[in-house]
Amino acid sequence: MADLSCEFLGIKSINPFWLASAPPTDKAYNVVRAFEAGWGGVVWKTLGEDPAPINVSSRYGVHYGQNRQVMGFNNIELITDRPLQVNLDEITQVKKDWPDRVIIVSLMVPCEEESWKNILPLVEATGADGIELNFGCPHGMPERGMGAAVGQVPDYIEMVTRWCKQYYSKPVIVKLTPNITDVRMPAQAALRGGADAVSLINTINSITSVNLDTMSPEPSVDGKGTHGGYCGSAVKPIALSMVSEIARDPITAKLPISGIGGVSNWRDAAEFISLGATNVQVCTAAMLYGFKIVTEMCDGLSDWMDKQGHKSINDFAGAAIPNTTDWKHLNMNYNRIAVIDQDNCIECGRCFAACEDTSHQAIKITEVADGTRKFSVIDEECVGCNLCQVTCPEPEAIAMVDVPTDKPHLSWLHHPSNPYRETP
Amino acid sequence: MSLNHDIQTNRLLDETINDNFVDMAPPMSEKQVLVASERCLFCYDAPCITACPTGIDIPLFIRKINTGNAHGAAKEILSANILGGSCARVCPTETLCEEVCVRNTSEGAPVDISGLQRYAVDHIDTQMPYPFTRKAETGKHVAVVGAGPAGLACAHRLACEGHQVTIYEAAAKPGGLNEYGIAQYKLVDDYTQKEIEFVLQIGGIEIKYQTALGKDVTLTQLRNDHDAVFIGIGMSDVNNMGIPGEDLPGVIDAVDYISDLRQADKMSDLPVGRRVIVIGAGMTAIDIAVQSKKLGAEQVSIVYRRDISAMGASGHERELALQNGVNFELNAQPHEIIGDDNGITSMQFKRTKNDDNGKLVATDEVLSIECDVVFKAIGQKYDGSPLGDDAPDLCKRRRIAVDDNFQSSLAGVYAGGDCIDGKDLVVEAVDHGNKAAAAIHLKLSLHTTKG
Repeated sequence: MADLSCEFLGIKSINPFWLASAPPTDKAYNVVRAFEAGWGGVVWKTLGEDPAPINVSSRYGVHYGQNRQVMGFNNIELITDRPLQVNLDEITQVKKDWPDRVIIVSLMVPCEEESWKNILPLVEATGADGIELNFGCPHGMPERGMGAAVGQVPDYIEMVTRWCKQYYSKPVIVKLTPNITDVRMPAQAALRGGADAVSLINTINSITSVNLDTMSPEPSVDGKGTHGGYCGSAVKPIALSMVSEIARDPITAKLPISGIGGVSNWRDAAEFISLGATNVQVCTAAMLYGFKIVTEMCDGLSDWMDKQGHKSINDFAGAAIPNTTDWKHLNMNYNRIAVIDQDNCIECGRCFAACEDTSHQAIKITEVADGTRKFSVIDEECVGCNLCQVTCPEPEAIAMVDVPTDKPHLSWLHHPSNPYRETP
Repeated sequence: MSLNHDIQTNRLLDETINDNFVDMAPPMSEKQVLVASERCLFCYDAPCITACPTGIDIPLFIRKINTGNAHGAAKEILSANILGGSCARVCPTETLCEEVCVRNTSEGAPVDISGLQRYAVDHIDTQMPYPFTRKAETGKHVAVVGAGPAGLACAHRLACEGHQVTIYEAAAKPGGLNEYGIAQYKLVDDYTQKEIEFVLQIGGIEIKYQTALGKDVTLTQLRNDHDAVFIGIGMSDVNNMGIPGEDLPGVIDAVDYISDLRQADKMSDLPVGRRVIVIGAGMTAIDIAVQSKKLGAEQVSIVYRRDISAMGASGHERELALQNGVNFELNAQPHEIIGDDNGITSMQFKRTKNDDNGKLVATDEVLSIECDVVFKAIGQKYDGSPLGDDAPDLCKRRRIAVDDNFQSSLAGVYAGGDCIDGKDLVVEAVDHGNKAAAAIHLKLSLHTTKG
């Protein structure tokens, strides 16, 4: 059995699955249930200065896929709406009761040194394992000069991080917003400020839908809506890319990363870890299915690691980073084409419609004498775009197959068509 | 009453019978519709469209349902098949659209197309304008004989084009087989009449009831008084077994009995045999057998001279019969019905087998089954006598011969539905009516004067 335990910033965790700072970690009751279910750690929902903010009614909006499957949803909740002392007391107690589980405290106070100087010793006294700076919350709090309003200005990130390192002795994680142009800039700023790690991504600015009867964006609060923070499996690809950018940036390459964004199962977690995360934080999947999903995550990851021969998380951490590169380094002499397995084809013709209407007209239909239809690839026309495989409802029906070539690796950097080509 | 000739009314309580005759396939819930519609793959040049005689764009209407536009879905269906609501209920979809659904291949079950079609048509938004508009009056007048599915479809299309249509209907109500011939539990709540009300909303269609061709009006008159004639009179005669005892009381044509059942105010008033034999292998045989059980018959046997694979009824229909406690007796050929003027007591069959050439032959082995009622469901046949001396030519199957435009050998006289050669399905009759209407319209558009 593979060992799922891992160490992040010197903090030991029984597995790499933490609950992200969000409603599931708002109070002791939830956190204890999470620990009972098997979660390795939690990032306690963001604490701020008293008086605590007040939340509105109607808080989540949804983007559905097939069969009411939640592809993503957003929220307009603010940070904790409970008094600071209540949270501090509960954190102290839960940490005492669950010494082998990680508690990180998420924090958001005004961008003034005094505010941080006041709250950090109180947090330190709880015995929690570290803090996470919420520089990402995209709704509500930025209007008050906090959350993403800080995270979108690298200089502020650096400044606040430095204060935290000055007034707090344990690890400081900076949570990054994706609502910026280049995520490497805030990550570098966090590093300059002395951050021990970054966590990303926070939620994405979003309006999930508009109620066409009332013309109100959802979630609707008395007929009006505001942009909320988008999360769930739909954001995973964005999060993976941003994690990889920080992992690939020579400046931040050694900065530990806690991966967040649509982690819904063990496979997602393994992907984040392969692209540079040391652990993952989960929220939406737990909010949709409850805490029990951590069992599947642990079992699945452990089984996969056993099959791969990985004894610990470190064995594959960052393993996909060397294969993540810039477009200009991709091999232009590589060729693959689609091959349709007639035994598994159900003759729906989705591949044909997609290729014929929107791609390269590389699929042909042959009417068979028995009235059935045969779909096959015109090899010469196929550019290996994958679209037919993407649209195919049958997982085994279309394979993308490498076409052997005698040609050497040739990237755009050295391509004859590139007027600025480099000579090898 | 003696055990012989045991035919009684009120075998079951009214409420029991009513329970037995509830909708065979109840409407889908919103959630079922969501799940079912998600399964449609929106195939390219979808096989289900090809398999539908009326060519309904099934993937498109399902996509409309799935995006919350049931009204649009209904319009899509009805524009191809104005009787899409009854077809959703009575079509043997397991041998049509659903048989070729690609989901069968990988998942062993098709998209529930009939259920979704019914949902769409049932959810047409009556607050919205009628989905069809009638073009300006052309001044042309077409006679349609028979207000069954073929005639109604033809009339609706012609009315849309601005022609005036008069339907001559022998019965007191419109609908043809939908009203008089389909099993009760497939078309509940007087659906046929509601559907026809919708059809007639287009305007320009008049129905003359109890006006029978050959009796109240002749084909020659119709040809003289109209710009074209469409004949959709179905099959009014039934086949005979040609065996002794066939004329005894207790031997009943299944179609007649089903018609009585469909029109009965109280189903418990229908006389029902204790032991029932059904001769036949098609949908009518299944319908009468199942309905007999539902009315309280104790033993119901469908007897067929060939083996099960040769039966016209689909596997789905046969399954329905088995679920309702109907027995199947195969490879038994009718030989004689035993009884007297008071009724029948049993029926004798000769066992059959396939000879070395694969031909079905009777053996000497005799099978005797006790019975009070024998239903004949061995097929209907076309009766051309109402058309009189001026009748069009017949095809090999002794029905009205038509060309590709559904025109008979008589100029300006078209025909469709069961009175021409085909599979005798409601949906096919609609297709005939649609195509004949298109041909009639084309012809009337080309000719500005009568002739």
